[in-house]
Amino acid sequence: MCLAIPAEVIDLLPDEMARVSLDGILKTISVGLLDEVAVGDYVIVHVGHALARIDEVEAQRTLALLAEMGVAAEEGR
Amino acid sequence: MKHVGEYRDGALAQGIAAAIRAEADPMRSYRLMEFCGGHTHAIARYGLEDLLPPQVRMIHGPGCPVCVLPVGRIDAAIRLAASPEITLCTYGDLMRVPGSNGDSLLKAKAAGADIRMVYSTLDAVGIAEREPTREVVFFAIGFETTSPPTAMAIRLAAQSGLSNFSIFCNHVLTPAAIRAIVAGPEARRDGVKIDGFVGPAHVSTVIGADAYAFCATEFAKPVAIAGFEPLDVLQAVLMLVRQVNQGRHEIENQYIRAVTANGNRKAQALVAEMFEPREAFEWRGLGALPHSGLRLRPAWSRFDAETRFEIETVAAADHPGCACGAVLRGVKRPEECRLFGVACTPDSPIGACMVSSEGACAAQWSYGRFRSPAASVAAERVPA
Amino acid sequence: MSRDLFRSRLDLVGGRVEMTHGAGGRAMAQLIEAIFQPALANDFLGQGNDQAVMPLPRSGRLAMSTDGYVVSPLFFPGGDIGSLAVHGTINDIAMSGAVPLYLSVSLIIEEGFPLADLDRIAQSMGAASRAAGVPVVTGDTKVVERGKADGLFISTAGVGVVPPGLVLSGDRARPGDRVVLSGSIGDHGIAILSSRENLEFETAILSDSVALHDLVAAMVAAAGPHLRLMRDPTRGGVAATLNEIAHQSGVGIVIEEGTIPVKSQVIAACDLLGIDPLTVANEGKLIAVVDPAGAGSLLAAMRAHPLGGEAALIGTVVEDDRHFVQMRTAFGGGRIVDWLAGEQLPRIC
Repeated sequence: MCLAIPAEVIDLLPDEMARVSLDGILKTISVGLLDEVAVGDYVIVHVGHALARIDEVEAQRTLALLAEMGVAAEEGR
Repeated sequence: MKHVGEYRDGALAQGIAAAIRAEADPMRSYRLMEFCGGHTHAIARYGLEDLLPPQVRMIHGPGCPVCVLPVGRIDAAIRLAASPEITLCTYGDLMRVPGSNGDSLLKAKAAGADIRMVYSTLDAVGIAEREPTREVVFFAIGFETTSPPTAMAIRLAAQSGLSNFSIFCNHVLTPAAIRAIVAGPEARRDGVKIDGFVGPAHVSTVIGADAYAFCATEFAKPVAIAGFEPLDVLQAVLMLVRQVNQGRHEIENQYIRAVTANGNRKAQALVAEMFEPREAFEWRGLGALPHSGLRLRPAWSRFDAETRFEIETVAAADHPGCACGAVLRGVKRPEECRLFGVACTPDSPIGACMVSSEGACAAQWSYGRFRSPAASVAAERVPA
Repeated sequence: MSRDLFRSRLDLVGGRVEMTHGAGGRAMAQLIEAIFQPALANDFLGQGNDQAVMPLPRSGRLAMSTDGYVVSPLFFPGGDIGSLAVHGTINDIAMSGAVPLYLSVSLIIEEGFPLADLDRIAQSMGAASRAAGVPVVTGDTKVVERGKADGLFISTAGVGVVPPGLVLSGDRARPGDRVVLSGSIGDHGIAILSSRENLEFETAILSDSVALHDLVAAMVAAAGPHLRLMRDPTRGGVAATLNEIAHQSGVGIVIEEGTIPVKSQVIAACDLLGIDPLTVANEGKLIAVVDPAGAGSLLAAMRAHPLGGEAALIGTVVEDDRHFVQMRTAFGGGRIVDWLAGEQLPRIC
């Protein structure tokens, strides 16, 4: 139900709408729930609406942490 | 897919799983509730239970809006849809939810009711625009993730001057349900002890991480907010294992790439402008919970199907053998229900937990039933 | 029949099917002569009788199959209901290892259906049938009142001949056998869904609708005696087909998630819609079960064929009296691969 998926904003349209791409799948969604959106942003899309913007810096940090956790565990064996 | 594929990396998962196995104390138990159906689905879909040591047990929570919607509300929607002037728009998940007497929206549609599946609230508004002679009612359900899109639809309908669009509001609130799981009357009677919560992903993008502060301050329960991808879930489990080991109870945010402390203020403001909390709302399995559901404010009542069409909700009992309530509270595992897999399967569901693929019973039946009772080939092949 | 029988020419641009086009009179004869005969022309159809009369095959056994097509929308990226109806029946016959020989076609058309669309569909059937080398030898059209059919329904049947000595059947999978998939999954279902009203997303994914009998011939030539069965995973996708095989043969099947080819756009669309690529329909893929000794040569022959370039060994048949299809996920966990529950998708074939 709370299914939502990150997609890249590729075009801003009138009336708070935007075109987004998920790996080449294109869809028109509403971005009216976000304060500001720019082309190139990744947004979380839920039932045709963008709910949140993805923070690239935090995403990189999370991925680094995930990699680190795994490596630490392997070394600890 | 960027921001998706990275979190489905099987090799990284093995590393995190090894860390969980190394750090989870075999002498204690870790009962972790994933609140959201989205997490339940990810755990089942990727077979994550096989990666966790036996002392870490995932308990499926009530965060599946289809599952917690009481029978009486489904009945009301079916009665509403029976009116010849009404077109009922609904998310697909609700079509097969059983109402009283074996009824469902799917059956009502077969009997001639105008019921249409939509994928976005905007589709429902579109139908109202294109078909001005129909009374279009959107069957609005869901947690805080889904209420802002409903609010957007109403705003759009208001701006377009539509007089034939309304919503049947069943939106519910996550914190109220978590409170009920920990300290509600049902939970006090038979509740399970929970050592920590895997906190909602997309609900949290809207309400923010700070909304769960009460879990730590009032109930001393650790929370790790997690994304819906499998690595997100594993990382959150590791965070919770560490909190339990260290005796901490904090609100940690694994899904920090999308969830801020305050959430989406614009979405919150829009919802607050249109909706107000009901004094109480009935939840399947949890009973009537105070301030747990939303209704439209009087200023927006022209969009409220409950006042427009005088919908009466008559409380209706669940099937007497159905253990959905206990399953939703984490008291029973799906396979402990006597109907599970016998009278109740995804093809002919009796309880709502068997309908949505996010329901605990459907997830267990569709993905996990090989684990019980006989040993399975796949399980045998999983590395220890 | 000569053109002077008809009062006026059929308007293939703006005209529509009327009740008279199915009434058995001159209008029906005109419809058949103007649209179907040129599109599907072959000697057997040209006999012009209520039946086609064909020579008997010299050896082997007959395979016969029939199927109805109600896909919505009628035209979709990568195909239409006409080519789909030809490919689908050819494939159903070919899954027995047979060489498909002849097809029949029956159309149920809704009053008001645009003649231009009907012509386009007939042309598409003809092109698919000629490309496959399997003629439509007999046909029928009926017209029903407006509202009684969703534009157009097609029913096709076909016959083929199974080479002597070849026996493929859904009940022949045995523990230890290998499961082979001919290519990436979910393309057809996603192409259809992308063109559905309400869903409306754009994708470069095309339906994989294609006739598989030539690939099958290459497989039979390379590993015929080792083949246990073949099946095309259409409605319900790979999940449904594997469950059918497990139940029919009384075995279990274990597949490895990481070996199953899926295009990244199909995964993206499935994530968007909340569906599992394993349950999404295909119209140009097949699953074969082969004994272990024949798996290598079978796979090599498939990969050498244009329709099997991505062929992969995806799993193994195991003993399991519960007949479960299980999958080792990319995470190293296990899960059931179940039949699709209910009908969450629109009509797809």
